[in-house]
Amino acid sequence: MAELTREDVLKLARLARLDLSDEEIETFRKEISEVLQYVAQLDNVDVSGLKPTTQVTGLTNVMREDEVIDYGIRPADLMRLAPKTQDGQIKVKRMIG
Amino acid sequence: MSWLPIADIAAKVQAGDLHAVDLVEQALQAIADKASYQAIIATTAGRARERAAAIDARIKNGEKVGRLAGVPFIAKDNFLVFGAETTAASNILKGFNAPYQSTAIERLEAEGAICVAKANLDAFAHGSSTENSDFMTTKNPHDDTRVPGGSSGGSAAAVALDLVPFALGTDTGGSIRLPASFTGTVGYKPTYGLVSRSGVVAMASSTDVIGPLTKTVEDAAVVLDVMAGTDPLDSTTIERDKASYTDLQTDLTGKKIGVITEYMAEGLQDGVRKQIEQAIDTLRAAGADVTEVSLPSLPLALAVYYIICPAEVSSNLSRYDGQRYGFSDENVQNLEESFSKTRAKGFGSEAKRRIMIGTYVLSSGYYYAYYRKAQTVRTKLINEMNEAFQNVDYLLGPTAPMTAFKIGENAHDPLQMYLTDIMTVAVSLVGNPAISIPAGESDGLPVGLQLMAPAHADRALLSVAKATEAIL
Repeated sequence: MAELTREDVLKLARLARLDLSDEEIETFRKEISEVLQYVAQLDNVDVSGLKPTTQVTGLTNVMREDEVIDYGIRPADLMRLAPKTQDGQIKVKRMIG
Repeated sequence: MSWLPIADIAAKVQAGDLHAVDLVEQALQAIADKASYQAIIATTAGRARERAAAIDARIKNGEKVGRLAGVPFIAKDNFLVFGAETTAASNILKGFNAPYQSTAIERLEAEGAICVAKANLDAFAHGSSTENSDFMTTKNPHDDTRVPGGSSGGSAAAVALDLVPFALGTDTGGSIRLPASFTGTVGYKPTYGLVSRSGVVAMASSTDVIGPLTKTVEDAAVVLDVMAGTDPLDSTTIERDKASYTDLQTDLTGKKIGVITEYMAEGLQDGVRKQIEQAIDTLRAAGADVTEVSLPSLPLALAVYYIICPAEVSSNLSRYDGQRYGFSDENVQNLEESFSKTRAKGFGSEAKRRIMIGTYVLSSGYYYAYYRKAQTVRTKLINEMNEAFQNVDYLLGPTAPMTAFKIGENAHDPLQMYLTDIMTVAVSLVGNPAISIPAGESDGLPVGLQLMAPAHADRALLSVAKATEAIL
């Protein structure tokens, strides 16, 4: 699985929520195929007996009290960043239909 | 005009011999004078002037103001600075004014340091040259037809140009060390988890670290010492040393340094090889015990990185959806279209490329073949490097196989661009500390020497780096 098809790229773009142009689709099809060919060198690496590494700190379950801490940030400060608001809520386009 | 050592500046400000307001003006003037290098996205002049005046006033009142009093600095534009625009050099975050502040900035400012500007980078820190910035390409201070390296290229150029005594960068696969190497500055990547990432735009969370770019190792140690330590706002932070990271022991006698065979193999520019070999001779002459060490899996590191990094990037960048903050495409019919058009217009081509690769390697059917396999080879790399540190105290090699390349030279070949990271990514995947220090020049362009140490051995690494810097 090294050479991607146009359909593969379209599927990825849909999963990633990227509305790509036809030109981008063809460019990425080639470039991603090349990267996948490069990383294929891992296929034959012997990793028997090894576990995957997900993080390197050695920390497990860093817990804290479930309490409200006031960092001085007001909801209005965050709402101001939203492109569209109404009645103190973020307004989005309709989801269905 | 060059700057005094950071500790000296702060001492003079505290003593009233220098004034914070003048230091801020000096930095802002230098930024204006060197604007053609395009290292800076925006200044934070108003805020900086206010803070400087407040510091000077407190000193006048006889108050103590902290160990970085009045020291101006520049933050890569992926650090949230309260009230300042934070773009990560991306169109999708243009106009985003930080509603809170990163812990790193908070800690530096608590000691009296003053952020005067935000530096250019490859958008979202994706790149090795700053050419992936959605706004502009930073020019190398040693040759303005060449790149400064990346992704922290603006920060490195800022220090090389003497705009400020230090700048902050982030390093995910080499993004502090590579630009340090290309610009003749010192770039420090701490042990993973040593510096809080709260308030810093995330790239690949399993390797992202924060660190300083400076002119000297000593200055890097001062900045690290202020930033290091656990933070309740970042649950991945680790305990710091109780001793100061500025408490350095610089005797090289008997220090065991392993030169990485795989990094001295083919593919190294002649001029780079010459400088590194000379540095090795100098270290031997100074009493260091230098041997050769082979880590046979190291050449696999780049392939591992270019699976794990895009996977984490695709996940971290999914939050930019145009609904809560940042750019939003208004010309859409429904929510789905709002997501996909906002992201298509707001992200540059490298961000899109990485999101697409990441989505592919994480997608059902390929997860085991790519992502899981890469994570398992990562374990092999970690084991190999840990074994090497059973026999030597430090590992040494070039920071990059080449000196700064021409602007545009690699821009149309993503894979070739990725290869510039070939000597920096392995230690990022392992999570150990590493530093790039200047090791002379090749054809007038700086060469970087890279040193690495076991995890948590940051103070030892800074010690040997300072000792090496002194004799090179």
